Amino acid sequence: MSGWFMAARSRLILLALVLLANVAVAPGFLELRLVEGRLFGGIIDILNRGAPVILLAIGMAPVIATRGIDLSVGAIMAIAGAVAAASVNAGHAWPVAVLAALGTGLVCGLWNGVLVTIFRLQPIVATLILMVAGRGIAQMITEGRVLTFTDDGLAGVSSATLLGLPLPVLIALAAAMITGLLVRATALGLFIEAVGTSPRAARLAGVPAPGILIGVYVWSGLMAALAGLIAAADIRGADANNAGLWLELDAILAVVIGGTSLYGGRFSISLSVLGAVILQGMRTCILRAGLPPELNLLLMALVIALVLVVQSPACQPAIARLTTRLRRRGAA
Amino acid sequence: MMRVNARTLPFLATLGVFILLYALCALQYPAMLSSRVIANLLTDNAFLGVLAVGMTFVILSGGIDLSVGAVMGFTTVALAVMIEGAGLHPLVSFTIMLVGGALFGCGIGAAIHWLKAPPFIVTLTAMFLARGAALLLSTDSIPVRHEFYQTLSGLSLTLPGGGRLGLIALLMLLAFVAGGVLLHFTRAGLKVYALGGNARFAGLMGIDTARTTILVYGVSSTMAALAGIIFSLYTRSGYALTGVGVELDAIAAVVIGGTLLSGGVGGMAGSLIGVLIQGLILTWITFDGSLSSWWTKIAIGMLLFIFIGLQRLILQFSAPTRRTG
Amino acid sequence: MGDLAATLLSAHGLTRTYPGVRALDGVDLTLRAGEIHALLGENGAGKSTLINLLTGAQPVEAGSIHLDGREVRPKSPAEAAANGIVAVYQEITLLPNLSVAENIYLGREPTRFGLVDRARMRREAALLLARFGLSIDPAQPLSAFSTAVQQLIAIARAVDMSARVLILDEPTASLDSAEVAVLFRLMRELAASGMAVLFVTHFLDQVYEVTDRITVLRGGKLVGERRTAALPRLDLVAMMLGKLPSGDSHLQRHAAREPGAPFVTVNGLGKQHLVAPFNAEIRQGEVLGVAGLLGSGRTETALLLFGAERADAGEIIVDGRPVTLKGPRDAIRLGFGFCPEDRKLDGIVPDLSIAENIVLALQARLGWMKRLPPARQRELADTYIKLLNIRTPDAEKPIQLLSGGNQQKALLARWLATQPRLLILDEPTRGIDVGAHAEIILLLEKLRDEGMALYVISSEVEEVAAYADRVMVMRERRQAGMLAGDDVTPSAIIDAIVMPGAVPPSGRAA
Repeated sequence: MSGWFMAARSRLILLALVLLANVAVAPGFLELRLVEGRLFGGIIDILNRGAPVILLAIGMAPVIATRGIDLSVGAIMAIAGAVAAASVNAGHAWPVAVLAALGTGLVCGLWNGVLVTIFRLQPIVATLILMVAGRGIAQMITEGRVLTFTDDGLAGVSSATLLGLPLPVLIALAAAMITGLLVRATALGLFIEAVGTSPRAARLAGVPAPGILIGVYVWSGLMAALAGLIAAADIRGADANNAGLWLELDAILAVVIGGTSLYGGRFSISLSVLGAVILQGMRTCILRAGLPPELNLLLMALVIALVLVVQSPACQPAIARLTTRLRRRGAA
Repeated sequence: MMRVNARTLPFLATLGVFILLYALCALQYPAMLSSRVIANLLTDNAFLGVLAVGMTFVILSGGIDLSVGAVMGFTTVALAVMIEGAGLHPLVSFTIMLVGGALFGCGIGAAIHWLKAPPFIVTLTAMFLARGAALLLSTDSIPVRHEFYQTLSGLSLTLPGGGRLGLIALLMLLAFVAGGVLLHFTRAGLKVYALGGNARFAGLMGIDTARTTILVYGVSSTMAALAGIIFSLYTRSGYALTGVGVELDAIAAVVIGGTLLSGGVGGMAGSLIGVLIQGLILTWITFDGSLSSWWTKIAIGMLLFIFIGLQRLILQFSAPTRRTG
Repeated sequence: MGDLAATLLSAHGLTRTYPGVRALDGVDLTLRAGEIHALLGENGAGKSTLINLLTGAQPVEAGSIHLDGREVRPKSPAEAAANGIVAVYQEITLLPNLSVAENIYLGREPTRFGLVDRARMRREAALLLARFGLSIDPAQPLSAFSTAVQQLIAIARAVDMSARVLILDEPTASLDSAEVAVLFRLMRELAASGMAVLFVTHFLDQVYEVTDRITVLRGGKLVGERRTAALPRLDLVAMMLGKLPSGDSHLQRHAAREPGAPFVTVNGLGKQHLVAPFNAEIRQGEVLGVAGLLGSGRTETALLLFGAERADAGEIIVDGRPVTLKGPRDAIRLGFGFCPEDRKLDGIVPDLSIAENIVLALQARLGWMKRLPPARQRELADTYIKLLNIRTPDAEKPIQLLSGGNQQKALLARWLATQPRLLILDEPTRGIDVGAHAEIILLLEKLRDEGMALYVISSEVEEVAAYADRVMVMRERRQAGMLAGDDVTPSAIIDAIVMPGAVPPSGRAA
C-alpha cells in the first residue's frame, strides 16, 4: 500500500490543495451531515456529481494503456440514456431498461473494439465514427427532443440512497473496485500493459493481444453506458444533444492526470479515479466561489499543459536531474 | 493529364457521391437547381469551408486540430468586444484577430514539435484555453451594430438566376484558392505532404520538420480566426459558444473529401466537396421538412465510415509487400 | 583500381556508445575516388552506426571524418548531403505518397514566380531518370513502382544532389537478378565518374562481382580492410564470423553423447518469399545449431517453427503427432519458447519490471484468470535472478535499465519459467558483454544436459561448433546442409555457408 501512496503522492497533494481551496471558499465544506438517512456534504457532492466522469475514466484508463483512445464515450452515454428512457416509456420495467442500456454500451464498445482490432483502424479514427454518428443515433431514438420519463425506478439510479450514500457514488465506487480487481487480481492488467508497451513482444510471449484489445473497448462502452444511465436518471430524461457532451475529454484528462501516458503502458484505475475527483473538485470550487464557470476550462488547460511538459521526452532528463538532487538533499 | 490511380480514387468517389446526391435532390426538388439555393449553400457553409481549408493542411501533415471551433468562437466574441466595447474599426479588429490566430497556431505547432506530445492532446488544451478565454470575455451573445458590417454584407456578386453570392461565400472560395495554391504549388505545400507521408523520412530528406509543423498549425488557427470573422459577419454578433463541435464537421469534411486521416494523401478540392456534401444533406433535410436533423449526423457518420473503410482497403492493396530480412 | 587512387573520404577512430553497448569502437574507413567499397559484417557489427555517423544521422562521439582532406562534422543528413555524402537505404526512405518527380526534387523544387514549376520538374525528372535507364512517368506516385525502381529513384536523387560519396545500405536485398544487374551497371558508371560508392550487403557473390575493396566490421570493431581480388571467400567469411583463418579453435567441442528421443520433426516446412521448405529433427538433450549469414533465412526458420509466421507448406510433428501452429500461443502450449533476435523490439517489454517480464510468458500460458500471486511472482523472479546471475538490485526495476546481457538473461528466464521442452534462441549472445556471453553459453549447455531440446541460431561459428550436436546450414533462404557428429567443425560450417554442395543437404541426421 505504501507503494500506492508514493505513486499517488503528487495527485494527493493536488487533491488536498483543491479541497483546501474549497474550504477557503465555503468554510463548512468538509462537514458531513446525516439528514433522513442520507449523508450530505461537500465531498459527497463532488463524488456524486463526478460519478459519470469517474466511470468514464475507469473505462478509459485501460484503453489508453493499450495505446488507444475512446472518443465515443460521450456519444455512448447519450445512446444508453436514450435506450433506457425509450424502454421505460414503452412500458418495460426499469431493470429491463437498465439492462438494455448496458447491452447497448456493450455493443457500441464491441463495434469500436472490432474496428480497432480486426480492421486495424487507428483508435482515434475508429472511435471518431461513433462519436459523430452516435449522437445522431441517440437523437433518432429520442426523436430529437428530450425524452422525459416518470418511472421512479429508473430515476432512482441517480436519486436513490443506499447505506447513506447517493447511488451514483456507490455505483462509481463499485465500478472502480470491480475494475481494479479485474485488472489487478487477475493477469489482465499485466497483459494490457504488455500489449500497450510492446505489442510485438507481447504477442511472441503468448499474450492474447486481440482479445485484450477488444475487451478494453467493450469495458469502456459498458462504463459509458452506466454513466449515461446516471446522467439520464439525473434529469429524468434522455437529452441526446447534451448528455455526456465533451465528457470524453474530461475522462481522457482524468486518466492523464492519473499518470497514464498517452503512448500506452502503465496505468492505474485508482489514480485515474483520483484524477476525475480532482477535476470535479476544481469545478465545484469555482462554482462555489461564484467565479465564472468558464475559468474551469482555463484551469484544465493549464493542468494538461503542465502534465504535457512534465511527460515530454525533452524535459525528462531535466526532471531526472532535479529529483536526484532533491533526493540527495533529502538524504543529507 | 490526371490519371485514375489509388490516390485520386477517394476524391473521385467523393465527387461521384456529390453529383449523385445533387441529382437526387434536384429530381425531387427542382428548386434546388436555382442559383439562389447554390449561393445559399455556399454562404451558409462559408465558415465550415474556411475551417476545412486549415484542417486539410493539418490532416495532410499527419496531425489533427481540435481547437478550431473554440478559436472561431473566441474570435467572434473578441471582435464584438473590440468593435462594440473598445470602438475599434472592424478592419483593425480583423487584422488583430488574424495575426493573433496565426501566433496562437504557431504556439500549438511548436508545442507539438518540441514537447513531442500528440497533436490530439495539445490541440485539446488549446481548445480549452480558447473556449475558456472566450467565455471570460462574455458569456452572453453580443450584437455587432457597426455600420461597416452593413456595408460588408451589402457586397455581393449577383449570379445569373438571381442568386446573390455574398462576401463571406467569396471569402471562403478565396480561402480555398489560396490554400490550394499554397498546398499544391509551393515548396512549403510539398513539405506538408512530406511530413504527413513519413516524418522521419522527411527529416532524412532534409525537410525542416519543426518549421513545417509550426506552419501547418499556424495556417489552421489563422483559418479558424477567419472563420470567426465570417461567422461574426454572418450573424452580426459574437457568442463564446459559437462553433462547439464544429471541428468534428471540419474533420469529417476533409476525410469525406478524400484526405487520409493518417496524413500525406489528399487535396484541397476534395475538402470543398466534403463541405458541400454536408451542406447539401442539411439543405435537403430543410427542403423535406419531415426529416429530422439527426439524420445529418447519422449520414455524416456513415459517410465517414464508408470513406475510412475505402481508404483502408486502398492502403491494403496498394502497399508494397514487405519481406523480412 | 590501384592503391594510388586519391583518397576521397577518410574516417579515423569513429566511436559511438549506446547505454551499455559500445556500438562502434575506434573504427577507421578509407574510401578512394572511383572505387566501389564493400562494408561487411553481421547484425550488430556496427555497419548501421558507421553509416549514421557518416551521414550525420547520429553525432560523432570520438574520431574524425575528412572529405577531400577537409574535416567534416555533419549534424544532420541534410548537412551531410550538402557536403556530398548521401545514403540510400534498403528501407526506401523516400515518401510513397509523393510523385516520383516530387521525391527527386523535394526541398529544391524548380520554381517560377515563387510557385513550383511542376511541368519543368517533371521534364527534368524524366531526363534524369532516363540517364539511369528508367523510362517511367515521373508524375506517378512513388508507391506505384516496384522496390527496385524506387531504389534507383533514390539513387538518382542522391546523385543529382551532387553526391561524391554514395552509401548504398543493402540496396539489393529485395531485387531480382535482372534488377541487380541494372544497379551494378549504374554503380560502375558512377564510380567511373569519380564517385566513391560504399556498398553494404550480405550477398557475398555480389561483393565479389562488383567491389574493389572490402572493410569488415565485427562487434563494433574494425576487423580489417582488404582488396577484394586478394581475399579468398573462405577468409572473408572467417573474418566476418570471427574465426581466424589460421588458428585452431580455442573452444573445445564437447564429447559425443547418446542422442535423446526425437521431440520435434520438421518436414518440408516453408513459406513463399520467406524461406524454402526445410527439414530438421530436434531431439531432447540436444542442441541443433543453425548457421548462415544474415539474410540466409535462418531467422525465418525460427519464426515458422514458433508459429510467429504461418507456414504454407510442410508439417511439424511433435511427439509423433502432427500439429498446426496458428500463432505463438499454439507453440507455447506445446512447450516451445522463443528468444527473438531483436531483443529491444520483440523481446523485452521496456516499461514493465524485471519480475513482470520474467513471469509474462508463464502468465500468458496460465491465462488471465489464474494470476500468479505476487509472492509467487517475486519468488520466481528471485529464483531466476539468482540462477542466471542477473545483475540488478531488485526485481521491481524496469527492465529497460538493465544491460543487454542481463536483458537477454531475463528473457531466457521468461521461457525457463514456463519449463519449456524446446527453446528456440535467435542470436542469444549478440551485443552483450563478454562475461554475460560466457554465462549464457554455459547455461545453454546445462539446459541441454538436463534434457531440454535447443534450437540455436548463431553467427558465432566457433561457438556453434563447440556446443551444437548438429548444425543446419542456411544459404539464400534455403537449407544448404546438415552437419552432424565429427563434421561439426568451424571450417566445415563456413565451407557449407560459402559453397554450394560442400555437404550433402540431407534433412535428417543419419
